[in-house]
Amino acid sequence: MPAGIISPMTHPHPRLHPWLWLIMLLGACAAPVANPTSPTTPLTIENKGSDTMVNLALAWAEAYERTHPDVSLSVTGGGSGTGIAALINNTVDVANASRAIKKEEKEKAEANGLAPVEFVVARDAIAIIIHPDNPVNQLTLAQLSAMYSGQMTNWREVGGEDRPLVLLSRETNSGTHVYFLENVLRLGQKENKTLFSPATLLLPSSEGISAEVRQNPNAIGYDGLGYVTDDMKVVAVAKDEASPYVLPTIATVNDKSYPVARDLYMYTSVEPAGAIKDYLDWIFSPEAQTIVAELGFVPVK
Amino acid sequence: MRLTPNRMNNSIPSNRNWLELILESLIRASGYSAILFVALILIFLLREGLPALGEVPPAAFAEARWYPIEAHFGLLPLIGGSLIVTLGATLIAVPFGLATAIFIAEIAPRWAREILKPLVEVLGGLPSVVLGFLGMLVLAPIVRTTLNTPTGLTAFTGSLLLAGMAIPTLVSVAEDALDAVPKSYRDAALALGATKWQTIWRVTLPAARSGVLTAIMLGIGRAIGETMTVMMVTGNAARLPDGLGSLFLPVRTMTATIAAEMGEVANGSVHYHVLFTIGLTLFVIAFIVNLTASAVVFQQRKRAERLLS
Repeated sequence: MPAGIISPMTHPHPRLHPWLWLIMLLGACAAPVANPTSPTTPLTIENKGSDTMVNLALAWAEAYERTHPDVSLSVTGGGSGTGIAALINNTVDVANASRAIKKEEKEKAEANGLAPVEFVVARDAIAIIIHPDNPVNQLTLAQLSAMYSGQMTNWREVGGEDRPLVLLSRETNSGTHVYFLENVLRLGQKENKTLFSPATLLLPSSEGISAEVRQNPNAIGYDGLGYVTDDMKVVAVAKDEASPYVLPTIATVNDKSYPVARDLYMYTSVEPAGAIKDYLDWIFSPEAQTIVAELGFVPVK
Repeated sequence: MRLTPNRMNNSIPSNRNWLELILESLIRASGYSAILFVALILIFLLREGLPALGEVPPAAFAEARWYPIEAHFGLLPLIGGSLIVTLGATLIAVPFGLATAIFIAEIAPRWAREILKPLVEVLGGLPSVVLGFLGMLVLAPIVRTTLNTPTGLTAFTGSLLLAGMAIPTLVSVAEDALDAVPKSYRDAALALGATKWQTIWRVTLPAARSGVLTAIMLGIGRAIGETMTVMMVTGNAARLPDGLGSLFLPVRTMTATIAAEMGEVANGSVHYHVLFTIGLTLFVIAFIVNLTASAVVFQQRKRAERLLS
């Protein structure tokens, strides 16, 4: 119970989350937030959020620092919610999120005197991944929903071998989890209250899902296309039985024929200016968007 | 471990002794601070966790589903998960750890003993995240193929690793307790014609009982509170365990739930308070385990004192 041990000593304000306070404290010690009034010191842009986007944000930061030695970028992951929470507390300059900001999060930010601005910086397709030896090649969204809600428990029911079905998912705090719940399990229907089967394994990292899919022929998992490697098999997905089965590629995501794809966002706490504005402008440049494609995501331009 | 300072010297403060007076009060203060910290932690947990009892009807805690982002706050799968992993770890760690301690203390030759004990203690210093990775990448596939379970990420995998983490603590403390048994006990037993095994089982082990029990409790404490390893290898499926078969299926423990969800929960929300209620539950369980252990040890000591007087 780390929060319980730390918090009695470092809990100055009853509404502030103890861990956020600790993060702020560490942030204050380790990396001072950019100070736009003193151009002589190198500017630091704090960038935090979605784990799906962390590799992309790091690659962008490295490329940008090469051409702009006066700017330094500090990139950390932690999840979309963590990034937006840090944005609300004004401890980051740019928050990465694999989902749009929620209404209540926006209201909280506004209550703190901020006005978050949204940028769609890339697109991401969620790939359905299985063990290479699994003979199943294609699934419909309805089949995926039935599998993940626990109505199906054997691979036989979708034309596979007689094997138990092991469902893998990201933790509930992952933007990918919420996206998958709303768009695959509930098929995008707002009134649909289907839940993940209680037998679903919630793994804390993308690596956890990849490791299990690589070695277990019973497993089915989902993860960002950027995390798929050659040693697992990607399943073609169809919107319904009448639609074609489509594999996720840059082309199929951009023409919107692959049904499980989403936008990736960056949020600034206020209308960007100065170094932060320059950085965001650069992200939409051909150079930055090439990096998007190199990492398996889908460029917006 | 009670400090017995020289009270005669302290009653007549002299230049030589006022330093000792300061040291003594410092030591006393640090001793009492342990009570203060436990009290502070309890107060904090109560303050953050009790509001949940007003926000969530008690029946909702007894629900079989944990899915906090849709306001399903059933604690039973989590409590069951923690208990089944800890039970498994105890069943593995206690016999194995005790056997190792007995071997080191009673049977192994001096040179082997001098190598074994430090080695076991080094094992206890392994960071849990390293063990977790090892478990995820090496142990889980072995568990799946040898036991033919649907997945290798099971409560049993967690139990194996937790046993591995509890054993060094258990061995170290139990070995010290066995070592502290006076040699005359063993000599007497052997002189009465007992075999080596009879001496260990009937004389040495009962004589060291309170220390051995402390060792077991420390081991269990390590197992039930461990977070990182179980989060990585037990699969974290909030499935209500229904019998011993669940040992070979994925589970979600209380500690893993707090660790996985606390980082992102909105401060002051119902979910936030419920996570502290889980913390409170863990605190109470740990408290009961420790209280039971010290009660048992205390009773045995009283009995031993009666016998000796």
